Amino acid sequence: MMISQLFVLSQRGDNIVFRDYRAEVPKGSTETFFRKVKFWKEDGNAEAPPIFNVDGVNYFHVKVVGLYFVATTRVNVSPSLVLELLQRIARVIKDYLGVLNEDSFRKNFLLVYELLDEVIDFGYVQTTSTEVLKSYVFNEPILIAPARLQPIDPAAIFTQGAKRMPGTAVTKSVLANDPGGRRREEIFVDIIEKISVTFSSNGYILTSEIDGTIQMKSYLSGNPEIRLALNEDLNIGRGGGGVSVYDYRSSSGSGVILDDCNFHESVRLDSFDSDRTLSLVPPDGEFPVMNYRMTQEFRPPFHVNTLIEEAGRLKAEVIIKIRAEFPSDIIANTIAVQMPLPNYTCRASFELEHDAVGQKTDFKESSKMLEWSLKKIVGGAEHTLRAKLTFSQEFHGNITKEAGPVSMTFTIPMYNVSKLQVKYLQIAKKSSSYNPYRWVRYVTQANSYVARI
Amino acid sequence: MPPPAASSRYPSPSQPSGKSEVTDLKSQLRQLAGSRAPGVDDSKRDLFKKVISYMTIGIDVSSVFGEMVMCSATSDIVLKKMCYLYVGNYAKGNPDLSLLTINFLQRDCKDEDPMIRGLALRSLCSLRVPNLVEYLLGPLGSGLKDNNSYVRTIAVTGVLKLYHISASTCIDAEFPATLKSLMLHDSDAQVVANCLAALQEIWSLEASHSEEACREKESLLSKPLIYYFLNRIKEFNEWAQCLILELAVKYVPSDSNDIFDIMNLLEDRLQHANGAVVLATVKVFLQLTLSMTDVHQQVYERIKSPLLTLVSSGSPEQSYAILSHLHLLVVRAPFIFASDYKHFYCQYNEPSYVKKLKLEMLTAIANESNTYEIVTELCEYAANVDIEIARESIRAVGKIALQQYDVNAIVDRLLQFLEMEKDYVTAETLVLVKDLLRKHPQWSHDCISVVGGISSKNIQEPKAKAALIWMLGEYAQDMSDAPYILENLIENWEEEHSAEVRLHLLTAAMKCFFKRAPETQKALGIALAAGIADFHQDVHDRALFYYRVLQYDVHVAERVVSPPQQAVSAFADTQSSEIKDRIFDEFNSLSVIYQKPSYIFTDKEHRGPFEFSDELGSTSITPEVSSDIVPAQQFEANDKDLLLSTDEKDDNKGLSSNNGSAYTAPYESSNISSQMQELAISGPAASATTTQSSFDFDDLLGLGLSTAPAPTPSPPLLKLNARAALDPRAFQQKWRQLPISLSQEYSVNPQGIAALTVPQSLIKHMQSHSIHCIASGGQSPNFKFFFFAQKEAEPLDYLTECIINSSSAKAQIKVKADEQSTSQAFATVFETALSKFGMP
Repeated sequence: MMISQLFVLSQRGDNIVFRDYRAEVPKGSTETFFRKVKFWKEDGNAEAPPIFNVDGVNYFHVKVVGLYFVATTRVNVSPSLVLELLQRIARVIKDYLGVLNEDSFRKNFLLVYELLDEVIDFGYVQTTSTEVLKSYVFNEPILIAPARLQPIDPAAIFTQGAKRMPGTAVTKSVLANDPGGRRREEIFVDIIEKISVTFSSNGYILTSEIDGTIQMKSYLSGNPEIRLALNEDLNIGRGGGGVSVYDYRSSSGSGVILDDCNFHESVRLDSFDSDRTLSLVPPDGEFPVMNYRMTQEFRPPFHVNTLIEEAGRLKAEVIIKIRAEFPSDIIANTIAVQMPLPNYTCRASFELEHDAVGQKTDFKESSKMLEWSLKKIVGGAEHTLRAKLTFSQEFHGNITKEAGPVSMTFTIPMYNVSKLQVKYLQIAKKSSSYNPYRWVRYVTQANSYVARI
Repeated sequence: MPPPAASSRYPSPSQPSGKSEVTDLKSQLRQLAGSRAPGVDDSKRDLFKKVISYMTIGIDVSSVFGEMVMCSATSDIVLKKMCYLYVGNYAKGNPDLSLLTINFLQRDCKDEDPMIRGLALRSLCSLRVPNLVEYLLGPLGSGLKDNNSYVRTIAVTGVLKLYHISASTCIDAEFPATLKSLMLHDSDAQVVANCLAALQEIWSLEASHSEEACREKESLLSKPLIYYFLNRIKEFNEWAQCLILELAVKYVPSDSNDIFDIMNLLEDRLQHANGAVVLATVKVFLQLTLSMTDVHQQVYERIKSPLLTLVSSGSPEQSYAILSHLHLLVVRAPFIFASDYKHFYCQYNEPSYVKKLKLEMLTAIANESNTYEIVTELCEYAANVDIEIARESIRAVGKIALQQYDVNAIVDRLLQFLEMEKDYVTAETLVLVKDLLRKHPQWSHDCISVVGGISSKNIQEPKAKAALIWMLGEYAQDMSDAPYILENLIENWEEEHSAEVRLHLLTAAMKCFFKRAPETQKALGIALAAGIADFHQDVHDRALFYYRVLQYDVHVAERVVSPPQQAVSAFADTQSSEIKDRIFDEFNSLSVIYQKPSYIFTDKEHRGPFEFSDELGSTSITPEVSSDIVPAQQFEANDKDLLLSTDEKDDNKGLSSNNGSAYTAPYESSNISSQMQELAISGPAASATTTQSSFDFDDLLGLGLSTAPAPTPSPPLLKLNARAALDPRAFQQKWRQLPISLSQEYSVNPQGIAALTVPQSLIKHMQSHSIHCIASGGQSPNFKFFFFAQKEAEPLDYLTECIINSSSAKAQIKVKADEQSTSQAFATVFETALSKFGMP
């Protein structure tokens, strides 16, 4: 352990909070860090790695909502520990501020100092429990209305890594009370699945994986015990005996088979083996009850079909078809399709279906990127985009080698591909009238959804 | 763009332009200090907030120290905390003013609210002012006995802080003993964890000068204590669990039951969602089972799944840390992930630092069963929009090709890259094809036909250009227009900015000349002339050297510049197995991320709890493996050696500085160049007539080697080639063929025997005497080494078998030599080198 300093920098590199625990690192570490990260590109790398060493000082950072959470040390510490810690600190701060962004951070920097003082003492981690920290925090959070929430970087919701639903996540501080002074008794359980699929050029699935999290956020008073029942036909561990976990033929049987999973430390697994029930006393704040990984075959929610046709010496046509392979009562939203075009493309004109609603197209000249966004897609529907390309020079060789692959991002609420389910959510009753709100929500998001051409 | 200047930064929470704001604050604070008006706390809060925000962005607000202290008399806990924060930050620079704070902090340490007591104690211990330590003893003593666990946790860490301000005060007050007792008896897990952390730090630092501390440090690793921690590990929070696991790693188990007990206790830690806990547990498992091969293998199987889950469940930063560890594991046990290769395919939205690691993983796990799929996937990335990743992917394909025996399919893929007609793809591929040909010369036919079709005009990157030129020289006989392409390039000598390319041009022109003299003669003449006139010292020297050696004897020149190629059997591994072992021992630390042992990037005191032996650290430096050297590089090195004795100032003046002391050459450079143009190098056949040069090479450079080239070398002065190379197979073959020319026994001095505890060090030692180890083995007391050496400037080899018995301190050697007559001379050199082993 032994962290020397901890600081949070804005995207522009100014300190929002800065805490020195051990006075071992010379002054100017924030500037050194920011310069290094900013100019990493010159070393031939697009993004600075999360850990680097400058003059004997080790810098660790994670990027959350465009902010740099940084720790420094001179000691040869466990890298996972420091990176986990930074991520956890970001999460704890979010629990307190409700909304985590640069604005809320700046308004509440004193509260953050209070937290940082208790999380680390003299470089040693003391606690990162939102619950425990509550008794040490005296500043009232200055809340930011979610309406004023402006993501610093539109891509941030996907690059921050944390598996939370943008927009749908609860934006309430753990310290907040509802108007009227009473806390609303409620608990949120989100089953969030990020899926990665790669299709080969002829439409076969090359790889597919689901990375899921059961995430909980409890606003229940008095810490009642909770029981969470999952599918009874849930199996864990597959492909034993050295067989590849990607052996799809063996997975046609019924049941949900997870490759592996891990649990939050509050989870007790006493009856998990017999009836697939998790019991826990949920701590305050947001936390993952269970992370799981699955390579069992599943039906990809979208089928993508791309066609490139040469049309003369300086022209070509691209046709992208996407078909939603889920039931018609499910609606996917914020769909974005991207495709790099040959770098000698100088113009692209688009043609949408005549009844297209809420669709936008763009050709990014500088990056030669075709972009197609759709507000929503109803299950079972199919949409097509035609793009006529004009080239500045004659292409030689194979045009498909110069373009693609097509990648997609999307969010599908109330749908999960793994079929993992929360069968019931039982809260130990304090009295017969105690009936808190329970929200169990499912969502599927694209992590890396790629169709090669 | 550099970070914006302070003025252009984020405007909120108000950016002061100068000192005036601080002065303002000062007067406002002063007004409030004595005020008891209602609402004064709110105004104070606002001002304090401003002070802290200035402090955060790096503006010096130490000048309001007095006012802050005056305002601190308050019962408002938010204000108090801000004040503590401020004081902690500036106390060290204001020791006198700090005295002012002692009073109120000491008072607060006795407050009835445990929160205030704890906060005050923490601030008091964080002042870092040496002459105030006496004020700490009382509050610390009572803090350790406080009935509130929050206060106790803070007091325990306070003891550690005190130790760092004044070690003697801390030891004299016998605080470590108190901590030890707390560690064993306190009911609060965090108090116990902090005691462990503090005691580890204090005793490690004390151990260097106190035997007692040494014993205490050892006692932390005693069996009862380890089990005391492990049995209740779930009572600790995840971070403290990591601390305990790090301690358990250093524990030496008494027997295999002990090992299994610990593993059973920790088994469920592998299911933890926190990657740090999982990795710390993995380290315990790996270290415990090092001596139990079967169980060790089982551990690899067991940890695979949890680690893969961590890779995909965390943020990219966390994945990066875990992947680095997987990479380390895979290098040790390539089979473990061989069937999971698809997990390491790159996802399109991953940051490049993750992609790069995944490419390294794919390279490391490629074997006969999965190479085809992996290479197919990598080829997809070669067309990636991210050029850096595309390049890395091509390099990965090349690395896989070089480590496989069956490269058939890969060669085809590489050649297809050349047809993509993307500059950077072509450039990377050329470099790879060159390396591939050095290892598998049998592919030259396929490769050359494709490479021959590439226009040199389309290649701009120096490395790629150099690779192409190397191939032109090396395979001049197979590429019909090689001399003409070279000629073309040579004619544009002036426009060639890279010295590396110009060096390669010289060598390639020479090689081409030996094979196709009539077609190359003119181009070579131009190249040598241009080279000698080159401003770059290395280019100049190489050209001059070639010129001279051609003048001396064209056959010698050919032997030197273009000896029969030996296929490179293995490219130099950048890291010795010893270094890799060290990194493995430092599993779950930064060593794994940086792929370096900790002694390279940290100073001793900060190496942390991971170091395992201080002595080894400084000695185990990667021995340079010299098998990866092309002739050109050899001469480059030689050229540089020669350079050392010439005067730097003469660099550009070259040979024209006749009056300088460094050169005694009778020629003006212009003379040489003009002579060069007319030089009648009539090809290898006629070379005999041009051999006798009119000047002495050594003399010319003024090296002070007054000895004229002796026709018969005197035996004791046998010189060995420091960079000789021989692959093990050739060695074996030779060893079988040659008779033993010499067999001797030497005594090894005691220092040598002592140093032999690390057999690697003998290998390094002999290497420094230009005697290279081909293979070694054995265990104490019998060690066996096979060495190889080569006579300088002549391809005559000496092979030696050396058996050292460390208990009898004798070394038996058998020498086999290409040139029997000098084997005694070689043995003398060997004995001299061996006798120095272990000497400082």
